[in-house]
Amino acid sequence: MLSFKICDIKIHKFRTVDEAKIMKNIGLAIFVILLLVGCENNKNYKNSLDKAQISESDIEYFQNLVGDTVLFTVDQSGLRPDAISILNAQVNWLKEKKFLPITIEGHADEQGTREYNLALGARRATAVREFLLAKGIEQDRISIVTYGKERPLRVCSNEECWSKNRRAVTVVGKKIVD
Amino acid sequence: MVRHSVIKFLKIISITSIFLINHSLVAAQKNYAPQLDMTVNRGVIKPISLAVPSFIIESGANSIISRELAKVISNNLDSTGLFKSIPQSAYISMPLSFNTPVQFSDWSIINADVLVMGSVGLKPDGRLEVKFRLWDVSQQKEIGKGKQYFTNSESWRRISHKISDTIYTRVTGEGAYFDSRVVFVSETGPKDNRTKRLAIMDQDGANFRLLKHPPSLVIAPRFSPTTNKIIFTGYETGKPRVYLMDLSSEEITSLPELKGMSFAPRFSADGSQIVLSMTENGNTDIFINTLSTGVKRRLTTNNAIDTAPSFSPDGKSIVFESDRGGGQQLYIISTQGGDAKRISFGKGRYATPVWSPRGDLIAFTKIKEGKFHIGVMRVDGTKERLLTTSFLDEGPAWAPNGRVLMFFRETPGRAGAPSIYSIDISGRNLRKIKTSSFASDPNWSQILN
Repeated sequence: MLSFKICDIKIHKFRTVDEAKIMKNIGLAIFVILLLVGCENNKNYKNSLDKAQISESDIEYFQNLVGDTVLFTVDQSGLRPDAISILNAQVNWLKEKKFLPITIEGHADEQGTREYNLALGARRATAVREFLLAKGIEQDRISIVTYGKERPLRVCSNEECWSKNRRAVTVVGKKIVD
Repeated sequence: MVRHSVIKFLKIISITSIFLINHSLVAAQKNYAPQLDMTVNRGVIKPISLAVPSFIIESGANSIISRELAKVISNNLDSTGLFKSIPQSAYISMPLSFNTPVQFSDWSIINADVLVMGSVGLKPDGRLEVKFRLWDVSQQKEIGKGKQYFTNSESWRRISHKISDTIYTRVTGEGAYFDSRVVFVSETGPKDNRTKRLAIMDQDGANFRLLKHPPSLVIAPRFSPTTNKIIFTGYETGKPRVYLMDLSSEEITSLPELKGMSFAPRFSADGSQIVLSMTENGNTDIFINTLSTGVKRRLTTNNAIDTAPSFSPDGKSIVFESDRGGGQQLYIISTQGGDAKRISFGKGRYATPVWSPRGDLIAFTKIKEGKFHIGVMRVDGTKERLLTTSFLDEGPAWAPNGRVLMFFRETPGRAGAPSIYSIDISGRNLRKIKTSSFASDPNWSQILN
């Protein structure tokens, strides 16, 4: 049952995972593929995970296999279907880790002015926060912060990068105290 | 089209400070009106031809300072686009003494319109004594009164700026702006891992200095009207929040009433208040905060993004940007609250409005068809003029005289990085300010005391 669940999340994850993360972690990408192959071959997934020393409870698992990042449309803060399926997976994981605080970071691409992008990043982080709250994540676990266009993930100046920079990232284990 | 025909002779601005003492020299003519013509016509401008010989060395001053005083004055005035210095190599003679009669024929033959004559001496107590006189070559008359300054030797550049301001003011009739500083963000490192530090420099890029603060991200410093403080946005707590820094001690004060997420602060013209935006539950609105009491007052309640506010010089109104109408546009609201009035109606998005210190214009960033522009419009939104265009031009800042803007321009792509530029509000004279690192978010001080 557990194996099935992991596999399920994983397959879903593979559809929507942020390419950037995979590119950065080619080794991990290969691991995911092996894992998927493992699923199809009905092998023992738990053993595979142990070998790679990533357990389902690791934050790294959340970042890369659940997906810590959701993307947005230009100048929008509404949650797209791809974002919602990632957030549902985040909710499932976060409900198992009740002791962990989270910070949602909202970001914008470089196509706007600094102040507006700070406000836009705050809107995006808030959209994710509202979703998590509606799904039952406790309010006092969640902090939000906006970085506007200050922390781009990708550095080219076209839509390929901009689409990856318009994001909200759920950072597990981080709490901001005012 | 602008025409300054007979240029008004403005009264001499008195200069008083701890460092600078100003005495009038003898032999000044009252009510002198220089006969120089400066004609701006169809985008063609004939600059005033300027001769600035090295300052005459008196009693122990060194020749480096005598040359540098003249060079900084030439550079300042050339940077306006309204003057053009004649190279010293073309000079036929050099003045040998401050008080001997000027050989006007030596200057008219090289087509100098204006001659700046100065001297520098070292007093027994270590102070520099700098004197200067300004001559109209064709009229063979002095323009205004001579001036004399005393300063410690480290502050010689400020004397050059003061003299430049006097020349600029007397010849053009415009307000002074050279003896001023710029606070900005110095940027280093790759685009996806930038380090940002608060920095300060003279208006011409000299005397660059990093300010002390925690290593976390900093954004958009702005001067207080008296230039002894800045206000900026920092991430020391992990969230963007407005902080105050005293520039002499570099001590940072946090404003407890602005916890949460606060950013985009600017001072009122009297320095008693700041206007800023704060984000609560994802909604960003404008607030006015009184510094002496820590009392903050909400000015807008809209669900839209209301940000980038700027006070009018009379303190009665705020111009800000809002997407309440669908896209980013500029609005003006009374500091007492009430309805905001939209002033921008053109195609594209308008952002970062800044009220001119003269009160007549609003400078802004405009984003249209994938390009960024710096522009100006009247306070009622009419007479919009775009001054620049590039991949990313952003964040105009007014010179103290309301004639010149600085802004930052960022280049695209992986190696993309920002630099600070200046431009005349006529749209002429785009210049890159030399900085030792990438530079963004400039803010221009008032004239220094």
